[in-house]
Amino acid sequence: MVVVGGSWGGLEAFGQVVASLDDCRGLALAIALHRAVDSPEGAVVRYLQARCGLPVTEVEDKDEIEPRRVYVAPADYHLLVEPGYFALSTDAPVHRSRPSIDVLFESAADAYGEQSVAVVLTGANDDGCRGLRHVKSRGGVTIVQDPCSAVRREMPDAAIATGAVDQVLPLDQITVVLNQMSRT
Amino acid sequence: MPREDLEQLELKLLLDAIYHHYGYDFREYARASIKRRMWRRMMEEGLATFSGLQERVLHDAACMDRLLLDLSINVTSMFRDPTFYAALRDKIVPRLRTYPFIRIWNAGCSTGEETYSLAILLREEGLESRIRIYATDINGPLVQQAKDGLFPLDRMQEFTQNYLRYGGRCSFADYYRVHGDRVRLDPTLLENAVFAQHNLVSDASFNEFNLIICRNVMIYFDRVLQDKVHALFHRSLARSGVLALGHKESIRFTSHADAYEEIDRQEKLYRRIL
Repeated sequence: MVVVGGSWGGLEAFGQVVASLDDCRGLALAIALHRAVDSPEGAVVRYLQARCGLPVTEVEDKDEIEPRRVYVAPADYHLLVEPGYFALSTDAPVHRSRPSIDVLFESAADAYGEQSVAVVLTGANDDGCRGLRHVKSRGGVTIVQDPCSAVRREMPDAAIATGAVDQVLPLDQITVVLNQMSRT
Repeated sequence: MPREDLEQLELKLLLDAIYHHYGYDFREYARASIKRRMWRRMMEEGLATFSGLQERVLHDAACMDRLLLDLSINVTSMFRDPTFYAALRDKIVPRLRTYPFIRIWNAGCSTGEETYSLAILLREEGLESRIRIYATDINGPLVQQAKDGLFPLDRMQEFTQNYLRYGGRCSFADYYRVHGDRVRLDPTLLENAVFAQHNLVSDASFNEFNLIICRNVMIYFDRVLQDKVHALFHRSLARSGVLALGHKESIRFTSHADAYEEIDRQEKLYRRIL
């Protein structure tokens, strides 16, 4: 289970990551992107689907997690991972964000433990830090976009400062790592 | 035993304890979100573990009240998802108009934002006199708060914007009076409504309804519990009655999926056909 968080510039960055993903046999990807509450329905899905060979869908409550798919957190909901399926919540924003990257990462770590992979992309806040630590403490893998290659480096910098990061990589190398994981 | 497994065990024991001592059954709530809410209460109480929270909840009923509030509050706003209310007005109200008397159940009303939105819609459509709204929630004090109709003044801008996007026919400001930093919604909007404490998990059907609105409540339940509540709603809906869910909820995984036809896919409006 690969969980991804992005804020400022995150959509474009994730678009690059998924553009050259292989078949991804063993992997499901889910992304929490900070965006406006009233951002047009389906725009994120369309943007990603235009670049990605895997099916991209916006999550509905209790959707099953299937490999070879990309899941997008709906605007104005938290996305949570349970063993085998997703859940949504309308709890208050966390660090002014809904969806919250921390909420996604922490629940993925609880549900998938060492099978969880967390990726922090470009952004201008520090959402994701708590979640990264949690993924790390549960034996999962933590990856951060190289701040030098990020549109906004605050979020990658904050993530690296947690000391819980396994790899700092440019976007094309993140894709390479994910492709390797999907083969093993 | 690894720490994470221990925490899962403590959470399970805490939910068991609450059920056996207070009768509230949260055991089939979706685990990840109830864990977050429990965690928040644990931190606010200055405790380090779920076991510590269990001890306090069992010996201090006031702590249980605080926890129940955490577990039942549903953060929403008036006319949240304006397109939903527009669909209700355009696709459901014409059918309701043909009935001599209409019963509506707003299940999980929390602090009443949805209930008042509904009442405003129905008044503007001229249906007010033929309607009875039943607004229920698991949490008694929340139901009382909904009945009182008091909201923070600083939320009015958001509510007003939603109302405008919905396409309301009047001025939203006509529906409330300001009292200091709070507003009171027009009490005549819901003077015929029935407010009651009702637990979707354990309480029975109590009437037959033409419309049941339950938005973003069942997302906190696991699939087994969702099925039970769908059975309750199915029992409580008149033939051709309408069920309204939240934008990201789906009926397709439930055991009652075949009992409904879709009226509006986007707005999650379903008509009972079986």
